[in-house]
Amino acid sequence: MDVKTIDIKDTKTTTMSGSEALVHCLVAEGADLIYGYPGGAIMPFYDELHKHQDKLRHVLTRHEQGATHAAQGFARVTGKVGVAVATSGPGATNLITGIADAQIDSTPMVCITGQVGSHLLGSDAFQETDIIGISTPVTKWNYQITRAEEIPEVLAKAFYIARSGRPGPVLIDITKDAQFAEFEFSYSKCEYIRSYTPVPQITETSLKEAAQLINTAKKPLIVWGQGVILGEAEKEFQDFVEKSGIPSAWTILGVSAIPTEHPLNVGMVGMHGNYAPNVLTNECDVLIAIGMRFDDRVTGSLDTYAKQAKVIHFEIDPAEINKNVYANVAVLGNSKESLSKILPLIEKREHTYWHQKFKDLYEIEYSKVIKNDITPTKEGLTMGEVVAQINKESNSEAIIVTDVGQHQMIGIRYASFNKSKSNITSGGLGTMGFALPAAIGAKMGAPDREVVAIIGDGGYQMTIQELGTILQTKAAVKIVVLNNEFLGMVRQWQQLFFDKRYASTDMVNPNFCKIAEAYDIEAQKVTKREDLAAAVHKMMASPDSFFLEVMVEKEDNVFPMIPTGASVSDIRLE
Amino acid sequence: MSEQKFYTISIYTENNIGLLNRISGIFQRRKMNIESLSVSASEIDDVYRFTLVVNITELQVQKVLGQIERQVEVIKAYYHTDEETIFTESALFKIKSSLLFDEPQIQNIIKESHARIVTVNSDFFVIEKSGKRSEIELVHRELKPFGIMQFVRSGRIAVTKTEMRISSKLKAIENEVEAAFAKA
Repeated sequence: MDVKTIDIKDTKTTTMSGSEALVHCLVAEGADLIYGYPGGAIMPFYDELHKHQDKLRHVLTRHEQGATHAAQGFARVTGKVGVAVATSGPGATNLITGIADAQIDSTPMVCITGQVGSHLLGSDAFQETDIIGISTPVTKWNYQITRAEEIPEVLAKAFYIARSGRPGPVLIDITKDAQFAEFEFSYSKCEYIRSYTPVPQITETSLKEAAQLINTAKKPLIVWGQGVILGEAEKEFQDFVEKSGIPSAWTILGVSAIPTEHPLNVGMVGMHGNYAPNVLTNECDVLIAIGMRFDDRVTGSLDTYAKQAKVIHFEIDPAEINKNVYANVAVLGNSKESLSKILPLIEKREHTYWHQKFKDLYEIEYSKVIKNDITPTKEGLTMGEVVAQINKESNSEAIIVTDVGQHQMIGIRYASFNKSKSNITSGGLGTMGFALPAAIGAKMGAPDREVVAIIGDGGYQMTIQELGTILQTKAAVKIVVLNNEFLGMVRQWQQLFFDKRYASTDMVNPNFCKIAEAYDIEAQKVTKREDLAAAVHKMMASPDSFFLEVMVEKEDNVFPMIPTGASVSDIRLE
Repeated sequence: MSEQKFYTISIYTENNIGLLNRISGIFQRRKMNIESLSVSASEIDDVYRFTLVVNITELQVQKVLGQIERQVEVIKAYYHTDEETIFTESALFKIKSSLLFDEPQIQNIIKESHARIVTVNSDFFVIEKSGKRSEIELVHRELKPFGIMQFVRSGRIAVTKTEMRISSKLKAIENEVEAAFAKA
């Protein structure tokens, strides 16, 4: 390994065990809250955690997957590296879903796993799995430590890699003997790795070419993603949007970078995004992609995606350039720097005529979809009206955590955000069961903010055991289950594409309120519209965790919708 | 861009256990076959070189290269066509010693193909042939009727006709960092 390090503080060299060193490394990296689950091969580390509780708080989740999602939720609201710990074997394999989720959604996370003693490696020992081999395709970096002496340098490298450039998950596997062994400890942060260029250099040429295209565009469209938030470029982005006057649409992970009510915000792109930005993607003359990766759920059919437009791609990861959509101009670099550098090069514009087109299409979407979603007149409750009620009660100040499925699309379509880092969801991987543990992590990362987890009745039961974590930690998470007694999104597809053959999507559910009450969480169930406002009010007014179950229309569909393989401009409103 | 071709991919890396797995995984995900692979030292101390051959389109090779370069321990990766490289493979043929005297044709095959005899003992002898895949295959075809006890062929190794600026890239990185550290 070729790592150059600089001392950030004088750590006196002292003799200590590998596991004690691990605690000091985590503290030195600014971690004060970690999530995990103990077991045989990680016990020496837990013993040290017990001794150092004042410096490093450990939250016991009820499953290792919960630990990863909690660490993700924590990382997404704080911008810091989330940490999850597990033992070897099943403990380690249970982390994989969360690691894959963090990899595809670029969430900074360090996972630490215990491993059997180094003399047992490869022998099919009790609770041995090759977690390095298993985690390789879903980590940004991973490393197995077999000697205590390696711990400081490898941990420093792990945190540096997880948070720098395009963030991602790192897994460090530590054999039990390396945790026990004593060595001379000293710590210095990692600032450089020879083979690793986290942020590519911005070139003047690319900025000039981009500015020229932007200044001469008649019908430009911005699509921004999480890169704006990860790069902490919210202000630079808003300045860019306001000066250029360009209609700006967001991906599912980009939302909340600027306030939802911003006049230049034209909504979400993609499969269940808004009508105008999807249709007009195929009409714009310059498409400006900022910190997004042209996921297939965003683009629909690539053969018909924005073919008429010149594409400018602002991106930190060179591997994303031309991966799915050809970029006429690629502006490599981090979003904060690129956007602040291009600002003086662009001219002030209004694009009034072009904006009118977005407004006209919004009116169509409003009358055909939105109105019926958020102010329904039919008898059954809709998911949209619940979300609208939460917006109202929280003044758009809440962190909204969503799971995966219909409620997620509705939740993100209609949630209103005033602050950045407020939308926490599983975007790329689509991990059901994400929301409850992620909400716990989010609440601990932002204790002064209201955290509302909106979850479907299916996903809720995938990680429902984390109610135990709430019971033990008193994390004041507000849980809203939108219950349609179906795996709704799959059912919607079965209705539309499989002639209504509802194979294994109807759910016989337990009494969710009783379950919540068993965990000492106040619970309420709403079945009628007239009870909704009061129930949401009561939930938001509660200083503690609160469970709200809303029985919604069983067979509602999420529209608009771009069927798989169709073009963005063939988006269906019904 | 859409025509399939043989591309030689040269990857300069740090030494790390598991990096081979990481790189081969990138091809596995896209269900691409690695035609040949060779790992060795490079012209720079402590820098390793992976040489892979793949039969894909140029667009695919560009995308794959981006994902290879994204790996933390990969310093730099390049791709080249056959025309842009000097490349060779090496093969060993183990053959019964008695045939060397009973079948004079074998000596002709060795001579004409510019192969060489590495070792001879009372039981067997070993022929080594380096060159293009087609040349090795020709020798294989010619020797086969006489009986080959063992055959093995290495992965391709290649150098490029033009300079790969890996040394200067490394130097530039080092200088940049030295300067940054000096400032701090």
